[in-house]
Amino acid sequence: MSAVDLGMPALPTSPRGTGHLRGDESFPDAARRSLTDSQLRRNLGKATSTIRAKRAAVVAELPDWEELREAGRQLKVHTMAHLPDHLVQLEEAVTARGGVVHWARDAEEANRIVVDLVRATGADEVVKVKSMATQEIALNEALEAAGIAAFETDLAELIVQLGHDKPSHILVPAIHRNRAEIREIFLREMGDVDPELSDEPAALAAAARQHLRRKFLSAKVAVSGANFAVAETGTLAVVESEGNGRMCLTLPETLITVMGIEKLVPRAQDLEVFLQLLPRSSTGERMNPYTSMWTGVTPGDGPQAFHLVLLDNGRTAVLSDAQGRDALNCIRCSACLNVCPVYERAGGHAYGSVYPGPIGAILSPQLTGIEDNASLPYASSLCGACYDVCPVKIDIPSILVHLRAEHTETYAAEHRLPSVEASAMKAAAWVMSNPTRWTLALRSGRLGRVLGRRRGVIGDVPLPVAAQWTATRDLTRPPQQTFRDWWAAEHTATPSEDEG
Amino acid sequence: MRIALFITCLADALFPDVGRTTVTVLERLGHTVEFPRDQTCCGQMHVNTGYQEQALPLVQRFADTFAPYDAVVAPSGSCVGSVRHQHALVAERFGTRELQQQVAAVAARTYELSELLVDVLGVTDVGAYFPHRVTYHPTCHSLRMLRVGDKPLQLLQSVQAIDLVELPAADQCCGFGGTFAIKNVDTSSAMLADKMRHVTSTGAEICTAGDSSCLMHIGGGLSRLRTGAKTVHLAQILAATRDRPMVLAPGGQDAGVHAGPEAVA
Repeated sequence: MSAVDLGMPALPTSPRGTGHLRGDESFPDAARRSLTDSQLRRNLGKATSTIRAKRAAVVAELPDWEELREAGRQLKVHTMAHLPDHLVQLEEAVTARGGVVHWARDAEEANRIVVDLVRATGADEVVKVKSMATQEIALNEALEAAGIAAFETDLAELIVQLGHDKPSHILVPAIHRNRAEIREIFLREMGDVDPELSDEPAALAAAARQHLRRKFLSAKVAVSGANFAVAETGTLAVVESEGNGRMCLTLPETLITVMGIEKLVPRAQDLEVFLQLLPRSSTGERMNPYTSMWTGVTPGDGPQAFHLVLLDNGRTAVLSDAQGRDALNCIRCSACLNVCPVYERAGGHAYGSVYPGPIGAILSPQLTGIEDNASLPYASSLCGACYDVCPVKIDIPSILVHLRAEHTETYAAEHRLPSVEASAMKAAAWVMSNPTRWTLALRSGRLGRVLGRRRGVIGDVPLPVAAQWTATRDLTRPPQQTFRDWWAAEHTATPSEDEG
Repeated sequence: MRIALFITCLADALFPDVGRTTVTVLERLGHTVEFPRDQTCCGQMHVNTGYQEQALPLVQRFADTFAPYDAVVAPSGSCVGSVRHQHALVAERFGTRELQQQVAAVAARTYELSELLVDVLGVTDVGAYFPHRVTYHPTCHSLRMLRVGDKPLQLLQSVQAIDLVELPAADQCCGFGGTFAIKNVDTSSAMLADKMRHVTSTGAEICTAGDSSCLMHIGGGLSRLRTGAKTVHLAQILAATRDRPMVLAPGGQDAGVHAGPEAVA
């Protein structure tokens, strides 16, 4: 039940003006353009089908996959139900091990905390581990405004950053780029790159490695996100493929981790479930190459100062919605993106938020408040492929339907006049709630038979709604007789309906 | 067993033959089918577009109308999915406790056609004859909401003379999605283009499925591009026999896809 229904004051959502949760245009408008990008369509089609097949193969290897999913779901549901307790427990554990915990209400506060922490070290540059939370709050922009340069070290994030671009996938932020484009970006932006650089993936990776190595060795401060935090021990975990994260998490003197408050698991033992679910769902690997875990500060080993910034930014508002809160259970694997027919075609940028695809369509509108992302819950055909692959069984289609209702109900509460759509729906319900009215309405459909006489189908109809349909599809010509009229004609000879 | 047909609003208005052929198949198997005339629509369009409260009278009407029957059959996975999953939601938010109980009871007896035939009546060979090349599209709600699995394929495989060919990437959505096809016409059309590409790659004359809505979408695209391929509902194939074969006459979706001489095209 949403706060609107209960008449409760709404909990704060992510503030406007900071962060990357809102697009400049609606999903249909953005998608209309991105769908014409042949390169994007080709890249996405190839990348998502490859990763879909890899995921399906490694998931099929596990006889207990469904039990694992259910375990993951239950762990998340339990954690969310006791989130305040677990968060306090985490703070105590991290503090006891020499870390410092900061609580950030929203993106602005989180950015301010991180900027102040970096300034206090005297550093003017940081290296970054790939992190959705810092993308969400636009930390790089905040650091830049404070005169601090942030260097993304994840290869795909580096490509996005050097290309002055936006990420379009949770796991593979540069999924919309191909190797020729990446080579061109490196040649243009890296400065220290060999002008003879080829577009072989190995050569591109080597160029990035060379470029990044100097940063790893010189940076005094690293900023990361976290995949998991263990409440009972205060342990943070980052899983990755490249090892760049490991470099950032071990070499610098100061480590600042920005983590959404929903990333908790209660016990270390719970990781055994998620460390099986995540890599198979995400990269289609049995195990990810690097799993880094750290607990506070270890004297003489790794960063000697550790700060954990716990980020709300609308999450408590999501948690307060019983129908929508499962969106917080997401472990950011991106399996739902890879199977989504809408994402595959429209691409990640069309969603306007750093969280694209099906999970973004339920998470972004809840973090920002529904009216700031009103088109996203409709950016789905409700085909259900996302629900099937979700490693923690988030019922994304049901939450999409719930958010659609929240949108229309919020709109109705805030406007004196109903929308055209609401009026049409009301009229349809009025007709359909009465069999006599419905029968008459159906008969009037026969008028449509004048259209489509030549081919037996109806082509272009220059009327609202019909025009949207007939833009690419012929319209069925109404039959001479509706089913119920045929039935009535068949069964008038005998009074009983039971005779066939 | 008292079987009631829930025709669905779409088939009532645009695809009456889907209802007629559903009745034909069940009667051929020796069952009596009733058509309660108070039925209208399951309310899925309202719920999926965000107008849950307006679906309440439709949910109430469905529960009242179909309460007396042992089984309710609908030639639509999507509408049955709505009855099973969404009616409870609407009743819980806006209805009485009594409606909630009514809805649960009726939903448990509401079946998609292939479910009724295979699970309830225990039949896979319904005595059909259909000498055409056919490919089957498992619609999303049949596949992932109802989990009908291969029941429609079992029925099709038992059809005499059929040349059933596998549809590549069959589990991918055709892009219909109700008002999605209107609100997101560009993305919907991009999805449709790929579905049509896969359908035409099979060389099938007919693409079949258990949902008139998805078939209307796929068929509308196939017709627009003059591919020559048509969409036909599963019930229409199952109703066709050697004595009363389906005639594939030229024309649109309402022409030439009628089984038997009672056709009105």
